Amino acid sequence: MIDKLSWIAVYPEIVLLVMACVIALTDLYVKTPRRTATYILTLMTLGVVALLNGLYAQGGQTIYAFGNMVVSDPMGNWLKCFASIAMMVTLVYGRPYAADRDMLRGGELFTLGMLSLLGMSVMISGNNFLVIYLGLELLTLSSYALVALRRDNATATEAAMKYFVLGAMASGFLLYGLSMMYGATGSLDVNSVFKAVASGQIKHQVLVFGLVFVVAGLAFKLGVVPFHMWIPDVYQGAPTAVTLLIGGAPKLAAFAITVRLLVEGLLPLAIDWQQMLAVLAVGSLLIGNLAAIAQTNLKRMLAFSTISQMGFVLLGLMSGVVNGNTLSAANAYSSAMFYMVTYVLTTLASFGIILLLAREGFESEEISDFAGLNQRSPLYAGVMAICMFSLAGIPPMVGFYAKLSVLQALISSGQAVYIGLAVFAVLMSLVGAFYYLRVIKVMYFDEPITATTVSAPLDVRAVLSVNGALVLGLGLLPGGLMALCAKAIVQMLGS
Amino acid sequence: MGLLSLAIWTPILFGVVLLALGRDEQAGAVRWLALVGAVVSFLVTLPLYDGFKLGTAAMQFVENGVWIERFNVNYHLGVDGISLWFVLLTAFINVIVVIAGWEVITRRVNQYMGAFLILSGLMIGVFCALDGMLFYVFFEATLIPMYLIIGIWGGPNKIYAAFKFFLYTLLGSLLMLVALIFLYTKSGGSFDLATWHRLPLSGTAQTLLFFSFFAAFSVKVPMWPLHTWLPDVHVEAPTGGSAVLAAIMLKLGAYGFLRFSMPIAPDAAREWAWLMIALSLIAVIYVGLVAMVQRDMKKLVAYSSVAHMGFVTLGFFIFNDLGVAGGVVQMIAHGFVSAAMFLSIGVLYDRVHSREIASYGGVVNTMPKFAAFALLFAMANCGLPGTAGFVGEWMVILGAVKANFWLGFAAATALIFGAAYTLWMFKRVYLGPVVNDDVKLLKDINAREFLMFAMLAGAVLYMGIYPKPFTDVMSVSVSELLKHVALSKLN
Repeated sequence: MIDKLSWIAVYPEIVLLVMACVIALTDLYVKTPRRTATYILTLMTLGVVALLNGLYAQGGQTIYAFGNMVVSDPMGNWLKCFASIAMMVTLVYGRPYAADRDMLRGGELFTLGMLSLLGMSVMISGNNFLVIYLGLELLTLSSYALVALRRDNATATEAAMKYFVLGAMASGFLLYGLSMMYGATGSLDVNSVFKAVASGQIKHQVLVFGLVFVVAGLAFKLGVVPFHMWIPDVYQGAPTAVTLLIGGAPKLAAFAITVRLLVEGLLPLAIDWQQMLAVLAVGSLLIGNLAAIAQTNLKRMLAFSTISQMGFVLLGLMSGVVNGNTLSAANAYSSAMFYMVTYVLTTLASFGIILLLAREGFESEEISDFAGLNQRSPLYAGVMAICMFSLAGIPPMVGFYAKLSVLQALISSGQAVYIGLAVFAVLMSLVGAFYYLRVIKVMYFDEPITATTVSAPLDVRAVLSVNGALVLGLGLLPGGLMALCAKAIVQMLGS
Repeated sequence: MGLLSLAIWTPILFGVVLLALGRDEQAGAVRWLALVGAVVSFLVTLPLYDGFKLGTAAMQFVENGVWIERFNVNYHLGVDGISLWFVLLTAFINVIVVIAGWEVITRRVNQYMGAFLILSGLMIGVFCALDGMLFYVFFEATLIPMYLIIGIWGGPNKIYAAFKFFLYTLLGSLLMLVALIFLYTKSGGSFDLATWHRLPLSGTAQTLLFFSFFAAFSVKVPMWPLHTWLPDVHVEAPTGGSAVLAAIMLKLGAYGFLRFSMPIAPDAAREWAWLMIALSLIAVIYVGLVAMVQRDMKKLVAYSSVAHMGFVTLGFFIFNDLGVAGGVVQMIAHGFVSAAMFLSIGVLYDRVHSREIASYGGVVNTMPKFAAFALLFAMANCGLPGTAGFVGEWMVILGAVKANFWLGFAAATALIFGAAYTLWMFKRVYLGPVVNDDVKLLKDINAREFLMFAMLAGAVLYMGIYPKPFTDVMSVSVSELLKHVALSKLN
């Protein structure tokens, strides 16, 4: 007999699942090319899911449900809440683009979007290796299909193929690593694994062997060097709406499973995985930033920028345990969480602008397509500029505080190596500033090629303005979100 | 809301309104709104001078509120004798800049005016911030409007200049960011400047901190040999941008030395003072010579700025009352004079579209009123007694002689170079017969330009003839600072 509390813990997921099916069916009867009915229904569902998760998170309880298979804690609930909102925003931005390219027929965009969100939710709340893996597969399988949604488009199909092959390999890595852990500890439950590893009874070699694969699998999903090559290809090849769907909300889920597996499950092995993350982070910062300079395609540039930004997140994650002391853990992981949330927020707006400028038969993904945007539309140029400054980490945009909190986590460790890493990260963000500034240069300093004004549906315009204002506003008043992340992480560590 | 918040946020608010509502079709309304904004922003700073209590080094008009609880960052504002004048100066220059851009800027007027208003608010924020992180946020945020101002309204090579400006200064600031976080950790989780001033630090830590701050501030000042961005940027920036850059932005760096480097790392500051003095002397003498051979007027004034800022840093690092106070006075004076010099060049450039000295000659024949102003500003730039330029340089030289005769001797010699390059430029551009048709057709300055120059001329003369209000305000703060720096913080 499953108790009532367990069902309550997964209400949002149930709503999502049921509504995904309902919307798939409803869409059969919707004939309009823009799919307004299903669109509104989807947004309402996502809104309800976000609200439910937000309320749970506000409640602040940690509930273990279904015999420890699933956990509902503030960190997970906030991440799920943000992921739902991110998915809503993605669909708002993506719908006109998708409609122009005949991608809405059949309503797969909405259904698959919701299923991928379900996958993310399962990943985020999973407290068991298999549950986490199942969520991951649900997310990635939906994503593969979404990338291939324009089946008559060669680049999209190629991207889908690449994504599928590499993604399947990554899942294989992760699964292999998890099976080693299972073999060593005899449990799939995250908490039991933690206890088993912490007991020190298990052979270190076996654990580290499995750990390498787990980290490699996670690195694939986060897209950090040297497991990054799918990111630029998929970002560029996928239809932009889908790129946003892959590059936005799922990052939150990837962060969640990294925390669940490495921190909640394998914290006693922190010394080992922190070293791995350090190598990955340095590589990502270096290659991501340097390669981004050479790009002329904006989507590809943002892909490399993602890689470097994920390097920063890893820096936050790797500064939690110093000399076996976990005092600064909450500080470090909450900085990484803050970084991830604000990164997703900024990514949404910047891809929103790319989607907005794309018209029927014109993709607007070259950086030069943005020439003179300020003269065509000061508002959208302003939003894009705010995003670029934020990604570059210039105050008072929110991206600065994200970098600040990660650097603070590094430096407060007091270790010379960590301070060195902080200086390295800082120098790399100087390199990064160059290519973000170039986008602003194109928008503001160059003359426009076309004089066409930019028009957008009301919903896109409203959401985009709010999104841009948030990137700036959270920069002026970042305290609330920081406190929220800190509180969620402290509770996660305490349970 | 306190007076300082008002001084910071009034121009920013006006700037945001301009950005949001302004259209080029209503350029006239935009200009008037910008002027109203600038004037109101200046007026709200006046009560600061009025209510400032002399005879105390304590921070005044203090506002303190929690900003980011998690990192213990406070919205902590206050001014003392060192920073008070810069708040007023910034707001004053902002009014001038709005007037200067009146007819000259015809494209995207609202963005131009908005950028300057926001920039002015941010710079006032830098001078008022008493929290390390708040300071950094304001300090860095100033890059954004300036980058856009140079890049959108600049000259032919504006993109190179905009990038050079941004990346050069960002590199320095990022190293300072690491230093700030390090101090935060060392002080047990505080960004409060006063706490940092009291914090004991080891010799190595002080040296590292000193050079991190040096990276940020010496680029901004700029000190030789990190000055190379300044001439490039000045040449390409629009007139208003050059004026603000020279008048205020360079002072942010020099101010940083007084607020951060010297009080936080006093032992390192004393230990490395020889280096700072050497670099300052090179700036004063060598860059003065470089200025002499320039063909481009803006470049010449840019190099002259580097040389004058050399006097400022020289004054700071000889560690006596006269030197430091002289440095601060020189900063204020240079704010007026350099803005006036760049605006004079702007007046000529608007008419002839050339900055080459060789394109001019005999301007005095066609623009007598303008030439009179230009002469006054040129004299102030040479440091003629009775003008603002004299007071600060004289105080610094006196201070230097007190510290070491030959130091004072070298600095005094440099004054001759200053007179040489300024007067030589004046002679070639303004005096002599009319050399070409461009000059022949020049129209003298109109009422708007007259007003702008008259305001600056008034300030330059007032400060030169009666500098007491300036020195009175800062004397106690400066001697307190020096007392603090004299004490070792080694632990």
